[in-house]
Amino acid sequence: MMTLLTRLWQTVFDLLSQFGGVLLLFLDIVRTMFTRRPRWKETIEQVYKIGWQSQAVVVITGAFTGMVFAVQTGLQFHKVKMDTAVGPVVAIAMLRELAPVLTGLMVAGRVGASIAAELGTMKVTEQIDALRSMGTSPTDYLAAPRFSALLVGLPMLTAEAMACSIFAGFYVAVNMLNIDPAYYWHNMLKFTAAKDVAAGLIKSVFFAAFIALIACHKGFNADEGAEGVGRATTQAVVVSSLTILIANFFIAVVFNSIVPI
Amino acid sequence: MIRIQSLSKSFLGSPVLRGVDFEIHDGETVVIIGQSGGGKSVLLKHLCGLLKPDDGHVWVDDDDIVPLSERRLAPIRSKFGFLFQGAALFDSLTLFDNVAFPLREKRKFTEAEIAQRVAEALEIVGLAAAGHKKPAELSGGMRKRAGLARAVVGMPKYLLYDEPTTGLDPIRADTINNLILRLRNRFQVTGVAVTHDMASAYKIADRIAMLHEGQIHAVGTPSEIQATTDPIVQQFIRGVADISQEVHSGNTANY
Repeated sequence: MMTLLTRLWQTVFDLLSQFGGVLLLFLDIVRTMFTRRPRWKETIEQVYKIGWQSQAVVVITGAFTGMVFAVQTGLQFHKVKMDTAVGPVVAIAMLRELAPVLTGLMVAGRVGASIAAELGTMKVTEQIDALRSMGTSPTDYLAAPRFSALLVGLPMLTAEAMACSIFAGFYVAVNMLNIDPAYYWHNMLKFTAAKDVAAGLIKSVFFAAFIALIACHKGFNADEGAEGVGRATTQAVVVSSLTILIANFFIAVVFNSIVPI
Repeated sequence: MIRIQSLSKSFLGSPVLRGVDFEIHDGETVVIIGQSGGGKSVLLKHLCGLLKPDDGHVWVDDDDIVPLSERRLAPIRSKFGFLFQGAALFDSLTLFDNVAFPLREKRKFTEAEIAQRVAEALEIVGLAAAGHKKPAELSGGMRKRAGLARAVVGMPKYLLYDEPTTGLDPIRADTINNLILRLRNRFQVTGVAVTHDMASAYKIADRIAMLHEGQIHAVGTPSEIQATTDPIVQQFIRGVADISQEVHSGNTANY
């Protein structure tokens, strides 16, 4: 019984210390961004790596999710003669939930893993210590540019996924399900609003912060050796993905209470 | 001057340093020797605040660096150059950009001045033609020399060397030793090197300090260390697994 309680306490303690570490990193990044000169070169490099190079993954994810969603809803709605409702359903689902969450998950896998592995390798090869020995803060040189780049890049990727999914859904609905394009488009515009786009984009800002903070924290605290870097990378992806899924619910609840559907 | 006072450090409950007291005087090169895993690198990292001790103080000139935050340590660290064991070059940067890094971070120099100083530093270490290469394209010896160039390019007052010759063949190791001597003579820097390569220690040291069981066990000039009768020092510098067998077999020429 004591062993079980001890293990439980240890797990809670570990979780709290991880959360505390992420929070301290966030405060350090914010302080760095307001007190140090911006590192434009490093930030633009990261926007390119994180944003530009993630486009293919995000476009494919958005387009095919929009297409399959249109097919499935179209086939069901056809039974009750509601074919033209496919447009609003696909659009609202993609704008408010699927585009930000799926883009967040894809970027957590691609970018979160890359950040954790890169920083973890720098940690175990003493490159982080080398930075510190030269008076350069790792938060300033490594974490802040990645944080800023994700904050800029993820909402843009999410917007791209939204657009791709809507156009792909429209294409499938018109060409495979024979839904009238004018009705589809008219109904979609009638039942969607700017607040649906805003809800998705605001979520993506939170998801960007979670991915950057968790991946940087895991990388900076990687254990020694290849195994330590591998573990940090895996944890970065798993923890940031779960955080996105859990936070999505709470952000949606809060957003809906502020701006009702 | 660097003064270490009652320095203690433990990792996961295992004490590594147990109240180290030591002084490093301006202009001298001190070599710290001791067994692998004995805390030499840990001691070295305390000198520029890369590690915080559990107890004790480290004075760099007139500043006790132990209570200082990372931000307040930055100006103290600008007095130091650090050659890491694996050189710790930044993978994503070319050799030129690696060596230029500490100068660019100071934001005091123009690109022309940086280019000139980097070229000089690379010339000193014999890598003038390799500035465009990435660290992955360099051999172990070249990386150490590049790390040395990065450590000296900012003209530091103190140079810290972590295992400067480990993993190198004897000729490359001697090249590094000669470089360390040239740098000391040319820039008059105070050096602290950690090594268990005794040939290197004898060559570059003004004084040798032996770290044993978390404390400074013996200090002396290279000739004093070689002549000491202390069995622990003799065992280490002669590389003997069991010193008592050497004594019984009458092989005690250096005692």
